[in-house]
Amino acid sequence: MDLLIAAMLTIITAATPLLYAALGELVAEKSGVLNLGVEGMILLGAVCGFAAVTFTGNAAAGIAAGALGGAALSSVFALLALGLQASQVATGLALTIFGTGLSALLGQDLVGAAYDGLPKLAVPLLSEIPLAGALLFHHDILVYGSLALPAAVAWFLTRTRAGLVLRAVGDSHEVAHAMGYPVIRIRCLATLFGGACAGLAGAYLSLAYSPLWIENMSAGRGWIALALVVFATWRPWRALAGAYLFGGITIAQLHAQALGVAIPSQIMSMLPYLATIAVLVLISRDKSKIKRNAPACIGRAFHPSS
Amino acid sequence: MPDNRPPPLLSLRGMTKTFPGAVANREVDLDLRGGEIHALLGENGAGKSTLVKMIYGVLKADAGRIMWRGEEVDIRDPAAARKLGIAMVFQHFSLFDSLSVLENIALGLAPAAWAGRGRRNELRSRIHAVSARYGLPLHADRHMHTLSVGERQRIEIVRCLLQAPKLLIMDEPTSVLTPQETSRLFETLKQLAAEGLAILYISHKLDEIAALCRRATILRGGRVVDCVQVADQNARSLAARMMGEELPDADLRPPAAAATADRPARLEVAGLSRAPAAGVAGGVALKDISFAVRGGEIVGIAGVAGNGQDELLSALCGESPPKPGDTGCMAIDGQACALAGARRRRRMGLAVVPAERLGRGAVAGMSLAENALLTAFERLPLMSHGFIRARACRRFAAAVVARFKVKSRGVDAPAASLSGGNLQKFIVGRELGQSPGLLVVAQPTWGLDAGAAQAIGVALRDLAERGAAIVVISQDLDELMSLCDRIAAICAGRLSPLFDTRAVSVERVGLLMAGADAGDNANRAARDAG
Repeated sequence: MDLLIAAMLTIITAATPLLYAALGELVAEKSGVLNLGVEGMILLGAVCGFAAVTFTGNAAAGIAAGALGGAALSSVFALLALGLQASQVATGLALTIFGTGLSALLGQDLVGAAYDGLPKLAVPLLSEIPLAGALLFHHDILVYGSLALPAAVAWFLTRTRAGLVLRAVGDSHEVAHAMGYPVIRIRCLATLFGGACAGLAGAYLSLAYSPLWIENMSAGRGWIALALVVFATWRPWRALAGAYLFGGITIAQLHAQALGVAIPSQIMSMLPYLATIAVLVLISRDKSKIKRNAPACIGRAFHPSS
Repeated sequence: MPDNRPPPLLSLRGMTKTFPGAVANREVDLDLRGGEIHALLGENGAGKSTLVKMIYGVLKADAGRIMWRGEEVDIRDPAAARKLGIAMVFQHFSLFDSLSVLENIALGLAPAAWAGRGRRNELRSRIHAVSARYGLPLHADRHMHTLSVGERQRIEIVRCLLQAPKLLIMDEPTSVLTPQETSRLFETLKQLAAEGLAILYISHKLDEIAALCRRATILRGGRVVDCVQVADQNARSLAARMMGEELPDADLRPPAAAATADRPARLEVAGLSRAPAAGVAGGVALKDISFAVRGGEIVGIAGVAGNGQDELLSALCGESPPKPGDTGCMAIDGQACALAGARRRRRMGLAVVPAERLGRGAVAGMSLAENALLTAFERLPLMSHGFIRARACRRFAAAVVARFKVKSRGVDAPAASLSGGNLQKFIVGRELGQSPGLLVVAQPTWGLDAGAAQAIGVALRDLAERGAAIVVISQDLDELMSLCDRIAAICAGRLSPLFDTRAVSVERVGLLMAGADAGDNANRAARDAG
């Protein structure tokens, strides 16, 4: 039984960074911005978060630095792709490469430094419940935050006017502009939110998942998060389910190796992407579902003058 | 009428707007009073849209003054116009496809309208109240992409009315409506005017203006030609002022239909049934459609939007191959083609003008020459050994541009840079230029002024006289009646029998469009209408 709980706890830790990065990217994509730089922003968030903790010893400073690092890198994207109308795809790819290199440079002196990991916050009373207590109510702040985030994003997108305007901008920037909504400003804010969330994902990796800094420690999670957004058909609650599914697959791969199951690990690491392809095939059968959820203007540059 | 009235609601003095290379408006004056439906009349490119865009704050005037209730105002953007009480329904709707009706309406209103669940329910009931009061049925929770053009227009109008405007500007609102929808819209507009709303009504359809407006300002070449009392005018005198020349006779039908009766059919459709496309909400099933079109003949298919026209067009042009369960035969010049794809049918002599200009009829980002190549390469020598003959493409495109007087920056201009009417002329011209044996046209004169529509009608008749068979799918019943030899109505996916247009009344076809002749369809039509 303890083994099962341990396995489930590892699923949570594997899912949390995916969830942060995917929800941030989901909001950006809903506004019509396709930022392929998630991997780079995660890495910069990871190195900034770890550096802040190493120098200050303060966990909150680490988390804040992670979010700021991710947001700072996404502001480069906002400047190039939104302000100067460069190609979003090319800018995003460049951002990933740039973020990988920059984080390695910044983290040179941090390799080998150690940190105890984010403190676990036990919820009073609830954490005493057998099994469920240990599973659900004995985590660090970022895990709790990642569980609240889908609710917040879903509420924001469907229930608030700002969320409605954001979806409208993603659906047709020409119409939104004609109606007097500031398309570029809304997209910049969505991009910064996406960057901050990716930075939090990075901070979780370097502060909680494995509290240390190594180069390229995100190991492709940014790409899984991008796939996850499509897998979730741009719906926050599905992103939660998908993150746990993908997290579970990642962990299953480790456990399968430990138990000596003869599935090549490469097959297991392919699974999230294969699942995304399967979902894409399934959702493309229903055109109205795509029309309702997919932002129609995704990745398209907007020139206010034309 | 006594002259001690308050100053006009809106006065324009000396409005001038110049675009690079063209003067769109020169010294335009206009007065508009509350409760008046005022027509702004002119051909495509006469400067009507430019003028109202300046009133609505979309464009900035180079010179001129706008007075609102006697006071000079500066309308910097649409928000400022809305604040004054000016609302506008554009020709191209400002709607978001992935959002619901309710959300679309909320986006056009003040932020408080979406501030909480209570407010949202209040907005919902306000929408229902307005739509019931003015006969504009709407379902607040439906998604935009499932709605017909007429329903989309209703959303725009309801959105405007919720702002309690003083002036409503409508830019060619009936160009996509059926006669029934049009007369219902007119009832609504008259009711609004009776309640004191001023309406600026842009159109080039003279019968509409006669039915609706008391005064008309006529624009030609960006200048005001005249401001007339509509009652003193007839359609011919209005047209003459609008175009600066007499309009030729509108009836294009040859004097007798008998001439083609013994020719073989060039298009035969028998027992065509199609299930609605999977996953497309609002799709209509085609039920047992049979008809034949002979060479030299123009057959019209009338119908309210969303009754299977799109499905029929896509079945005729081979865009979507039949799926299991679909039945029916089709033949072009006696050759079976039910299983042939779009390209093979083009090789068999078919040419198609789809209703959607951008997206189906033309690729927005490609030049006119490239767009000409896209459908014409099957029938014209525009390729050799798999390579594009660029010069031949440009020559063909230039010929189309010249023949139909397409206003563009030359054949290298992207399709998206053309105005809707000019792109329509180009697409029709491209298909006509291939000398097809069979032409299927949807909404051939959508958004065209009287002169251009006439030119296209003449070109279609000319093609028929050279032996081609033509099918015209349109919502504009008057146009079909003056252009076609025979006509049928499509309703809920069923096609009525074909009638000789010389022997059938407009009212009868209108009833068939509403499904009145087929018992079970009548209920459906009544439900849709009510």
